[in-house]
Amino acid sequence: MIGRLILTYPDAARRTGVFVILALITLAIYGLGVSPAWIGRVLPTASDWLAANPALARLIGAMMIASIAAVNWKALRQLPRSFQVVGVWIELFVLLMLFFYSFDLSFAFIAKKVGFLISQGVVTTLYISVISIAVATVIALVGAIAKLSKNGVIYGLATFYTSLFRGLPLLMQIYIIYLGLPQVGYVISAVPAGILALSLCYGAYMTEIFRAGIESIPRGQTEGATALGLSPSQTMGLVILPQAMRVIIPPTGNQFIAMLKDSSLVSVVGVWELMYLARTQGQTEFRHIEMLITASMIYWILSVGLEFLQSRIEARFGRFNVR
Amino acid sequence: MPTSIDMATSEIALRGVHKWYGRYHALDDINLLIAPREKVVICGPSGSGKSTLIRCINRLEAHEQGDITVGGVELGEDDRKVDAVRREVGMVFQQFNLFPHLTILENCILAPMWVKKMPRKQAIEIAMHYLGRVRIPEQANKYPGQLSGGQQQRVAIARALCMNPKVMLFDEPTSALDPEMVKEVLDTMVALANDGMTMICVTHEMGFARQVADRVIFMDRGRIVEEGEPEEFFARPKTERASLFLSQLLH
Repeated sequence: MIGRLILTYPDAARRTGVFVILALITLAIYGLGVSPAWIGRVLPTASDWLAANPALARLIGAMMIASIAAVNWKALRQLPRSFQVVGVWIELFVLLMLFFYSFDLSFAFIAKKVGFLISQGVVTTLYISVISIAVATVIALVGAIAKLSKNGVIYGLATFYTSLFRGLPLLMQIYIIYLGLPQVGYVISAVPAGILALSLCYGAYMTEIFRAGIESIPRGQTEGATALGLSPSQTMGLVILPQAMRVIIPPTGNQFIAMLKDSSLVSVVGVWELMYLARTQGQTEFRHIEMLITASMIYWILSVGLEFLQSRIEARFGRFNVR
Repeated sequence: MPTSIDMATSEIALRGVHKWYGRYHALDDINLLIAPREKVVICGPSGSGKSTLIRCINRLEAHEQGDITVGGVELGEDDRKVDAVRREVGMVFQQFNLFPHLTILENCILAPMWVKKMPRKQAIEIAMHYLGRVRIPEQANKYPGQLSGGQQQRVAIARALCMNPKVMLFDEPTSALDPEMVKEVLDTMVALANDGMTMICVTHEMGFARQVADRVIFMDRGRIVEEGEPEEFFARPKTERASLFLSQLLH
C-alpha cells in the first residue's frame, strides 16, 4: 500500500520522507533534553520568553537545531566532493573546539606548559613508540614465518607467544615486566620495560596480520620462484613479502596508531611521556582539564601524521596494481 | 627412439616412482627414461597424475618411493642436489605464476641475478634476448597485469629460458588461455622444440603433440598406461582407456 503510494507520487513521498526525518531528529534532540539557552545568547530579547515557556522553548530550540543541520546538509550538497569533505572537517572541528571552549579553559596556562609537554612528553612518547614499532615489526615477521613453519617446536613457540601476549591486558604486561623481571634477578628500568611490553604485545597482534598477509599470496607464486631456483628465504624476501605488504600495511598502520596511544599506559611506571605529564603538570594549579585536552590534541595530531605516512606507503606498494 | 634409451644416456630417469596424497595413490610405479633433446607430451584424463609427475621432476612435489635422476643428479632430501636440478630445469605453469609486483624485465632477471649471481647488466642482456625470441621485447617495462594472457605465458617461457635450462617442463601451458591466444604460445613452444630443447609437456593440444612430440605418454590413475610415437598413438591406440580418452577430445 505504502509502496504503491511512493511509486505513484515519488515527489510527494520524498518530501514527506524529508519532513518525517526532520521531525524525528527534532524529537531526538528534544528527548535528549538539549537546553534552548543558546537562543537567548544569540537573541537576548527572547530570553524572557524562553524562561517563561521552558517546554515550548526546548521544542523550538530542537526544531531550530534540526533545521540548521538540514540547511547545512543542503548547502554542503551543492559543493563538489572534495570541498564537501573539507567542509565537513572544518565544521566538525569548529564544533569540537567550541565544546572545549565551553570548559572555560585557561589558555595562558596551556601556553605556559605546552612547550614542556612537547619537548619532554612528545619526544619520550615518540621515541618509545618508534622503537617499539620497529621491534614489533621484526617480532611479527619472525612470528609469522614461525607460525607457517612445518616444524612443530617452532610452531608451538609462536602460538604460545601470540596467545599469551594477545591474551593479557597490556597494562598487566607492563606491570609484570617492570615488577616481575627483578624477581628473577634482572632489574629493568621503566623505559626499557615499557618498550619491551609494547613490542611484545603489538608483535603478537602483528604476527597475525603478517601471517594473514603472507598466506594471502597464491601458492603459485612460491612455486614459480622455487622452480626458478630461488631459495626459501629469497622467495620470501623477493617475491612473497613485497606482495604481502599490500595486504599487511593498512592493518599495520592501524596498529601503529593504536600503539602510539597505548604508549600512554607506560605512564603507570613513571615514564615522563605525554600522558604522565598531562596528568601531573596540571596538578599544582588544579588545571587538569587543560593539560588533558592539550595532550589529547597532541595525540590526535601525531595520529594524523601516521595516517598520512600510511597512505603514502600504501600508494608505493600498490603501484604495480595500477592498470 | 624411446626403446634405445638406457640409464646412461638418459637426461631424466624415473624408476619405480610412487607418490601418495594421504591414501590417494597419485603416482603408481612410474618408470620413464627421457633422452637429451627428446620431446615428450603427457596426456590423460584429469586426476591421472600428469601434473604430479612433472612436478616431481623439479621436486615441487616430493616422491615417496623410487628414484628420480635429472642430468645425473639424484633427487632426494639433499637440498644442494635439488637446487642443482632446479637450475637446469625450467618450468612453465598453467597460471603463468609471473610476479605481479615486478616488471616483465625484472621478472626475467630476478633468478639469474639471485641464483646465478649474474651481474645486472648481463642479466638484462640475456633477458632482452629471450624476450625478443618470444616476440615481446617492447613490453619489458610493463607489469604482468598490463599484458594479455598469451603475452604473460610467453614472458613466463622467456623467464624460464633466462636461466639457460637443459630441460623445460610445461604444465598445461595453454589451458588457462583464451582460445585466440593459444596459437601464439604454441608457436613459441614449437620454435623452442626446433632448437633442440629437452621438453616434457602436459597438454591436450593434439596438434602440437603431432607436430613436435617424439613420444606421447598416456596416463590414467597414476600409471603410465600407454606410450608411443604420436602418429601411432593417435591413429591406433593400443588400450581401450586411451581410445576412449581420444574419442572424447574434440579434435
